[in-house]
Amino acid sequence: MKATATLTKSERQTGIGLAIALAVMGFAMAAAARHGVMAIHGGMAMVLGLALVFVLGGALYDHPEPGADRLSRYYDAPIRFGIAMTLIWAVIGMGVGVWVAALMYWPEATPLWDWTSYGRLRPVHTSGVIFGFGGNALIATSLYVVQRTSRARLADALSPWVVLIGYNLFCLWAVSGYLMGVTQSKEYAEAPWYADIWLVAIWLTYFALYIRTLARRAEPHIYVANWYYLAFILVVAILHIINNLALPVRWTSAESFPIWSGVQDAMIQWWYGHNAVAFFLTAGFLGMLYYFLPVRAQRPIWSYRLSILSFWGIVFFYMWAGSHHLHYTALPYWVQTLGMTFSVMLLVPSWASAGNAIATLNGAWHKVRDDAVLRFMFVAAVFYGLSTFEGSFLAIRPVNSLSHYTDWTVGHVHSGTLGWVAMIVFGAIYSLVPKLWGRENMAWPRAVEWHFWLAVAGTLVYVVSLWNAGITQGLMWRTYDANGALSYSFIETVEAMLPYYALRTLGGGLFLAGAILCALNCRATMRAAGSREDAADRPLAVQPAE
Amino acid sequence: MLKLHYNLEKVSMGLVAAIIAVASVGGIVEIAPLFTIKQTVEIPEDLRPLTPLELAGRQIYIREGCYACHSQMIRSLADEIDRYGPYSLASESAWDRPMLWGSKRTGPDLARLGGKYSDAWHVAHLMNPRDVVPVSIMPAYPWLMAPLDTSLLRDRLATLARLGVPYTSEMITRAEADARAQANPDAPDAAEVQARYGERVAVRAFDGDRGRLTEMDALVAYLQSLGTLTNAAWRLAEEAQP
Repeated sequence: MKATATLTKSERQTGIGLAIALAVMGFAMAAAARHGVMAIHGGMAMVLGLALVFVLGGALYDHPEPGADRLSRYYDAPIRFGIAMTLIWAVIGMGVGVWVAALMYWPEATPLWDWTSYGRLRPVHTSGVIFGFGGNALIATSLYVVQRTSRARLADALSPWVVLIGYNLFCLWAVSGYLMGVTQSKEYAEAPWYADIWLVAIWLTYFALYIRTLARRAEPHIYVANWYYLAFILVVAILHIINNLALPVRWTSAESFPIWSGVQDAMIQWWYGHNAVAFFLTAGFLGMLYYFLPVRAQRPIWSYRLSILSFWGIVFFYMWAGSHHLHYTALPYWVQTLGMTFSVMLLVPSWASAGNAIATLNGAWHKVRDDAVLRFMFVAAVFYGLSTFEGSFLAIRPVNSLSHYTDWTVGHVHSGTLGWVAMIVFGAIYSLVPKLWGRENMAWPRAVEWHFWLAVAGTLVYVVSLWNAGITQGLMWRTYDANGALSYSFIETVEAMLPYYALRTLGGGLFLAGAILCALNCRATMRAAGSREDAADRPLAVQPAE
Repeated sequence: MLKLHYNLEKVSMGLVAAIIAVASVGGIVEIAPLFTIKQTVEIPEDLRPLTPLELAGRQIYIREGCYACHSQMIRSLADEIDRYGPYSLASESAWDRPMLWGSKRTGPDLARLGGKYSDAWHVAHLMNPRDVVPVSIMPAYPWLMAPLDTSLLRDRLATLARLGVPYTSEMITRAEADARAQANPDAPDAAEVQARYGERVAVRAFDGDRGRLTEMDALVAYLQSLGTLTNAAWRLAEEAQP
C-alpha cells in the first residue's frame, strides 16, 4: 500500500498545505540569500516542498478514503520510511567513514577538489552516521515502540511524516553544507544556524507526537523503553538549543558566531558533546535495547528495580561528565575534577543497564546461539558494558593525559558506535523489517549470519588497531632521551601510525560490507513484501476518530 | 522510593518534568559559575583581537575542518610545554568564537605556531604538504590561491563587536581596506593596520604576491598570528622560573 493511501483526504489536503509552506519557506530563503550555501539550501527545501505537493496532490483523488478500521491498527507507514532512510544513511555515512579512514594513510586517495578534502568529508561521516543513521533509527523505532508498549495508535497520521521528512532535510542540509564549506566547527553540532532552528521546530513536533501518543496509552504504566526515548527527546533538545546559540553574521548568510567564547564555549561544547553521546547515542538506544531484546528473547526484563536505578543514574550522572574532555586545559581544575568523578560513578548505572540486559537472556542462551538477530543485541549489550568501562577509565586524569588527542579516543568512540549503537540498530532492523513488510523472515536469512560476523570482525579489527595506535602515539609524544630532550619529532609519531591506520580502514571496510549486505537484504525483503499480520499486534482499544 | 516511582511512571508529564529537573543539575553546577567567577578568564592588557584578514583566515581554517586534526590547546604537561611552548591560558582564547581547542592531534598542536615557519614555508606546505614534509598525511589545499571573498568582513567584525570583542567602529568600517592593506605593504594605508591593531601585527604579502589578495594570504596571516595575540603565557612562564 502506498504511503499516501494511508492518509485521509483531509490529511492529504493539510499535507499539501504544509508542503506549500515548505516550498515557500525554501523560496524565501533562496531569494533572500541570493547566492551561497544558504541559497542552495533554500532551493533544496523548495524542491522538496514542490515534490511533496506533487506526490500528495497526485494522490489526492487516486486512493479511496482509508477505512475507519485503520484506527484499530498501529500506524506503521512512516516507520517503514524511517527504516529505509536509516539504511540509506548507514551506507552513506559508513562509506564516507571508510573513505576518510583511507585518506589518513593515503592522503592522495581523493581528487583535488575542495569538497572531497578530508576536513570537509569527516563531518559528513560523523553527522551521516550519528544523525542520519542513528537519528532515523531512533525516531523510527521510538514510534514503533511507543505504540506497542502503550497499546495505542500514533496520536495523528501527519506529524510523524513531518518529523521524519523534516529531520532528513536537516541531515541533508548539514552534510551538503560541510561539503560546500559551511560548518560551525563544534563537534557534532556543525550544522548552520538556520538548520539548527529548523531542527528545534521538528523536535518540538516529535515531542508533541510522542507525549500525545503516550497520553492515549491503554496501559497504566509507561514502559521503561519510553523513559529512555523521552530522556533522549528532552535532553537532546536542551543540549542542542544551548550549545547552538549563535548570532548570524548576516541574516542572509550561513555564517554565524556562537554567543559563547573561549573557555565557556569549550565547556558548553563538551557538555553538549559528551551528552550527545549520552542522550543521543546511549539513552535512545537503551530504549531500543529495552524493547527489542526482551521481545526477541521472549523473556521479561531481568530486574525492574535495576532499570529504575540505571535510568536515573544515567540521566543524572552523565550531565556532569563532559568536562573530562578538557583535562589539563585552561578549564578551571575543579570542573575537570567534577567531570572525572562523575564519569567514574557513571560506571554503576551503565553496568547496571548492561548487566540487566545480559541477565535478561538467562534461559534464552540457546536462542542467542541460534539466532543471529538476538546475537546482534547480545553483542551490543556486551560492547555497551565494555565501552562504558573504557569511558570511565579514560576520564581518569592521568590516564587521560596519555590518551587524549590520540587515536585511543577514536577507538573508544568506535567501540561504542560500531559495537554497541550500530549492533543494536541492526538487531532492531532485522526484527522490524520482516514484521513491517508482512513477512515471516528476512529474504536472505543466511546473509544475517554473514553480516553478524562481518560486523564483529570489523569492530574488533578497528578497535584493537586504534588502541595500539593511540597508546603508541601517546607514549612516543612523552618519551625523553637520556639528555632530557624529547625523543621523537611529531612527524615520526605520525609515521608510526600508518600501519594502524591501514588496519583500521580494513576493519571499517568489513563493517561497511556488512552494512551494505544488510541494506540489500532489507531491500530484497521489502520488494517481496507479504500480507502477514499478527492478530495480537493491535491497539487495545479502538481510538475515537478525531 | 519504589512506590513513588511506581506512581511516577503512570504520569507522562511528571516523568517529563523529573527528567528535565534531574538532567539540569550537572550543567547548572558546572557551567553557571564559569560566567561569574572573575578568575576564570583574566583578560591581559596586551591582548589584541584578530585583524579582518586574520579573521578571514580563521573562517577558512574552520571551513576546511583544520580543527579536526590540529588542537590549539597546550596542556599543562611537561612534554607538551617542551614540544609546543608555555601551556595555554584561558585568556588567550577569551575572544575566540567558537573556541578551536580541538580534540585530536593527527597533526601537531598549533596554539603557538605563529613565527615558527616562514610565510613561504606555509604556502608551499598548504599547496602540497609532501613537498616540504615527505611523509606528511595532511591534505593539499591548492584552491586556497583563489581570490579572497571580502564581502562579509565588515559584518563579521560588527557581529563579533556586538558579542563583546573590542572592535571599534573605525575597525569595522575599514575592515575591507585593512584586509587588503595587511597583505600589501605597498598600499598607502598599510601603516593604518598597525595603528589600529598594534605594532606586533604582521603586514606582508603572505602568499608572496603583493598584487592580489587570496585565501592563502588570509590563512597564512591567521596561522602566523597564532599564539602572538598576547605575551601573557610567556610572562607567566618567566615568572614561574626559579
